[in-house]
Amino acid sequence: MNLSLGPLLYYWSRDDVLAFYDEAKHWPVTRVYLGESVCSRRHLLRLPDWLTLAEQLAAAGKEAVLSSQTLIESESDLKTLRRIVGDGRFLVEANEWGAVRLLSEAGVPFVAGPTLNVYNPETLEVLAGLGAQRWLPPVETSRAALASLLERAPAGMETEVFAYGRLPLAYSARCFTARHYNLPKDDCQFRCLDHPDGLPLATREGTPFLTLNGIQTQSAGIYNLIGELPALRELGIASLRLSPQSRHMGRVVDAFQAALAGEGNAADALARIMPGPPVDGYWHGHAGLEYSPESAF
Amino acid sequence: MPLDLICPAGSLVSLKTAIDHGADAVYMGFRDNTNARAFPGLNFDEAQAAEGLRYAHERGRRVLLALNTYPQSDTWQRWTGAVDRAAKLGIDAVILADPGLMRYAVRQYPQLRLHLSVQGSATSYEAVNFYREHFGIQRAVLPRVLSLPQVENVVKHTDVEIELFGFGGLCVMVEGRCLLSSYCTGESPNSAGVCSPPKAVQWMDTPTGLESRLNGVLLDRYGKNEKAGYPTLCKGRFEVGGETYYAIEEPTSLNTLDLLPEMLKIGIAAIKIEGRQRSPAYVAQVTKVWRAAIDAVKENAAGFKPTPAWQAELNKLSEGQSHTLGAYHRPWK
Repeated sequence: MNLSLGPLLYYWSRDDVLAFYDEAKHWPVTRVYLGESVCSRRHLLRLPDWLTLAEQLAAAGKEAVLSSQTLIESESDLKTLRRIVGDGRFLVEANEWGAVRLLSEAGVPFVAGPTLNVYNPETLEVLAGLGAQRWLPPVETSRAALASLLERAPAGMETEVFAYGRLPLAYSARCFTARHYNLPKDDCQFRCLDHPDGLPLATREGTPFLTLNGIQTQSAGIYNLIGELPALRELGIASLRLSPQSRHMGRVVDAFQAALAGEGNAADALARIMPGPPVDGYWHGHAGLEYSPESAF
Repeated sequence: MPLDLICPAGSLVSLKTAIDHGADAVYMGFRDNTNARAFPGLNFDEAQAAEGLRYAHERGRRVLLALNTYPQSDTWQRWTGAVDRAAKLGIDAVILADPGLMRYAVRQYPQLRLHLSVQGSATSYEAVNFYREHFGIQRAVLPRVLSLPQVENVVKHTDVEIELFGFGGLCVMVEGRCLLSSYCTGESPNSAGVCSPPKAVQWMDTPTGLESRLNGVLLDRYGKNEKAGYPTLCKGRFEVGGETYYAIEEPTSLNTLDLLPEMLKIGIAAIKIEGRQRSPAYVAQVTKVWRAAIDAVKENAAGFKPTPAWQAELNKLSEGQSHTLGAYHRPWK
């Protein structure tokens, strides 16, 4: 089992993004997902910049993967998608079925992202037939549901599981960050830049609940499967996806690497630097916001 | 014919009501979680479905069946069984979201007409054409997130008929790409066919007002003079940056009556009315207004203007008694 650094879901300054991936070159991750998968208005890095980063990470020995945009709305979104597919040098993560169409037409292998909604082996088989070599279950998938699906998974298909970070839960054409500032989406003044880990949303009694990240809504709780490595190994999971956060990401990766190496105190080390309450309900087949402390080791 | 009127049938009574008031087609679900309105007391068993089909077909109307949740691995046969029953009953089209299930349907019943459900989250013609090429879908229902010019661009680049939501509950999130409900309650539209399920709802009278909770999470608190709506998760009031407001979406409904001439012009095949969970009386009123409006716009698109009586009638039925044109027209853009 190895580690993947998921796509950066937030909007950071150009310098911060470049510094982040400069560090990532030295982290014990096997692959790095790159690109803007959330909002087409975010432009501080454009596709050529992401491609340059992909080259640099590949030169540093990482497998670079380009993540496609999850919500495609306009012809210009499609144009970017065609350029990502057309580049041809890097593996692409398809995050909606238009990308699957283009990648299968191009005849190249691809990663089937978590928003393709693969809930059963029949759909995974369709994707395998089209060229998917790796896939991610929807983040709401439980261990039991995944086990059941994997009993009949296509041969050779690699499974990657979202294992750490705020859960990406929903996408909209509307921007909730702009809404917070009473700004129209088309003149959002890029307020996402002020919130490198998203904008926290709490209930009226102050309980952290969700995180607003532009057009994406995430959990407030930090999904963390570091205590589930034996179960993940038993299922034959190939990789664990760790979702970028603005601080301590190198230490998050180190904690998972230590846990993979069997170091018993890795989970505690991780718990100390987590930027929010832990959640793991989805994995246990419960509401996503629940947490079962007994499951951590 | 363009602009077919597709109305919700949560029960046999609603189905007949919709047909009697002028629906061109109705859509229904079986009585289990194979459809995205898996509510107690709703939907059709096989005998009721057969009776509904007979009633509709005798009057020259069609019946569509929503099988639009995502089949789970260990209960896959529940979904294929539903496709089998639909084919046997002579359903006019099945509305699917899952590619694996589409493949099953097309292999087993090549004559069965397939529609792509809104739960399939197809927002571009590349995605729509994917389902066309691989499974021969004949119609796609688009998520309620695109603007009309974006819809028009999809229509221009595909042979697939395009169906839009015209009236009823408004999902502000892309359908099929929203897990907020399962994050809070364990059940989402994708996997369980429900959003903010009634069994997770609690109402509590407190000294600070009436509270609505979903699996214990406070969604809203209402003052004495405030009208409390159904606690759909995304329509609650929350705290962000020290402010309390409808952080995601106001409790309003979608009403696109004003946009009918444009929808006709760009070649929209059908308008869907949301609300299989609503009463037969609701179905009657909404169907009546929309039938009149669609007839009027087809008669004279240039001179079309929704009458105050229609709008008043629809406003009475709207959630929060207000309505919005949704993303089709983007006042917030």
